Amino acid sequence: MNAVLELPTRRDEDFRYADLAALAPLWPVAVEQHTVAAGDSLALEVIETGSAAVARHLAITLAADASADLRILIAGPGYGRVAVDVTLGEGAVFTLGAAQLAGGAETVEIVTHVSHEGLNATSSQIVRTVVAGHATGTYLGRIAVARGADGTDAEQSVRAMLLDRTATANARPELEIYADDVKAAHGCAVGELDANGLFYLMSRGLPPADAKRLMLQAFIAEAFAGAAGEAALSETALARLQALLEHLG
Amino acid sequence: MLEINNLFASVADKPILKGLSLAINPGEIHAIMGPNGAGKSTTGYVLGGRPGYEVTGGSVSFDGQDLLALDPHERAAAGLFLGFQYPVEIPGVSFVQFLREAANAQRKMRGEEPLSGGAFLKLAKEQAALLRMDMDMLKRPVNVGFSGGEKKRAEMVQMGILDPRLAILDETDSGLDIDALRICGEGINAIMRRPDKAVLLITHYQRLLDYVKPDFVHVLANGRIVRTGGPELAHQLEEQGYEAVVQEGAA
Repeated sequence: MNAVLELPTRRDEDFRYADLAALAPLWPVAVEQHTVAAGDSLALEVIETGSAAVARHLAITLAADASADLRILIAGPGYGRVAVDVTLGEGAVFTLGAAQLAGGAETVEIVTHVSHEGLNATSSQIVRTVVAGHATGTYLGRIAVARGADGTDAEQSVRAMLLDRTATANARPELEIYADDVKAAHGCAVGELDANGLFYLMSRGLPPADAKRLMLQAFIAEAFAGAAGEAALSETALARLQALLEHLG
Repeated sequence: MLEINNLFASVADKPILKGLSLAINPGEIHAIMGPNGAGKSTTGYVLGGRPGYEVTGGSVSFDGQDLLALDPHERAAAGLFLGFQYPVEIPGVSFVQFLREAANAQRKMRGEEPLSGGAFLKLAKEQAALLRMDMDMLKRPVNVGFSGGEKKRAEMVQMGILDPRLAILDETDSGLDIDALRICGEGINAIMRRPDKAVLLITHYQRLLDYVKPDFVHVLANGRIVRTGGPELAHQLEEQGYEAVVQEGAA
């Protein structure tokens, strides 16, 4: 495992868009291991709102019929990276709801490897990225379905919103399927705030900045819907979105 | 109240309005009818200030102000309400939050005190009841999962809460069943039929006008008003069709 100790380069696909200079002092990143026993469930929140660079690496192993609900909020301001490796046993359920928000010249990234190794496991991932200024937001999501893992249901919904045309969003969903009976749905979109929606809100009297804030609230809502800490997650995210909007022209 | 004078407007460089003139006084209800492509919805959007609808000539004054110089939210604060033909869904934001923020943003621009949470909810409840809409519907995300009829009723509830002086209602009757049409019609009357308010109804059909009796009916064709009459003109249109009436107007 020497490779893990050495700082990765851009040739490593998982680090292709990373801020390696910010990552270097944090390397190597210790893996936070979570093992969920058969039939048990885990709820986990990763909330990063500091201005110091941060890199986390979670590994979640789900035994048969175990479930995990993971919510991630990377709000900075600063470099933020969260990598998640998930292994699903038979009948296991994994839910991810994540939002990453960045402005300035910050880089934020979420990298997931979800491996379906048993029968009839379900994974559902929702990732929302909002980038302003010269920020870069990246989501790399690999789903691997092992030979014989029939009945897999893997879903991925990835959307990124550019608040400035100078910002960058990278999204790379990846499917690697070795089983026959698999349902894998993924949607991926990068865009700007919907002009029609903004006009609707403004026509009711909301100034442009408030209309944008509501549209962004709507945009990230799905990532935290149903979480135990939904209210706190949304509030923290909104505070950061408000700050990002204040920097817009 | 509203004075539209020789208005020209283009969408994506295509001229749509070609010399539209119309005056609306307080206490009046006007209806604009016309065939598809005549410029009916464009009229509403231009008055509301939708981006992409470019005014190339003419003027519009609203209570003496140059309406076209205002941004959409400033037009709302000045007392203009635009009812959408296709209300937009905003997941993750409740009607209650959206409308309270909107109402208070308008009040702030007018230099008025904001409504407290309690006062707003009381107002929202009254206006929802007027449109026979359950208050629980207003706790749901804006227009998400609403049927076409519910969206239009929700537009009218918004109008009741925001209490505009002039409402421009773009095909509020489309997508409504008979009962919802009557409820919306009665809602428009209850909210807007006042000596100091006015309504501009944009519609294809006479049926809404059975409930909301217009003082004036205008026929819009090819970007301008080609005929103006009383409520009987709407019946004539229904019987003879636009083409005959437009021809007659041109003659």
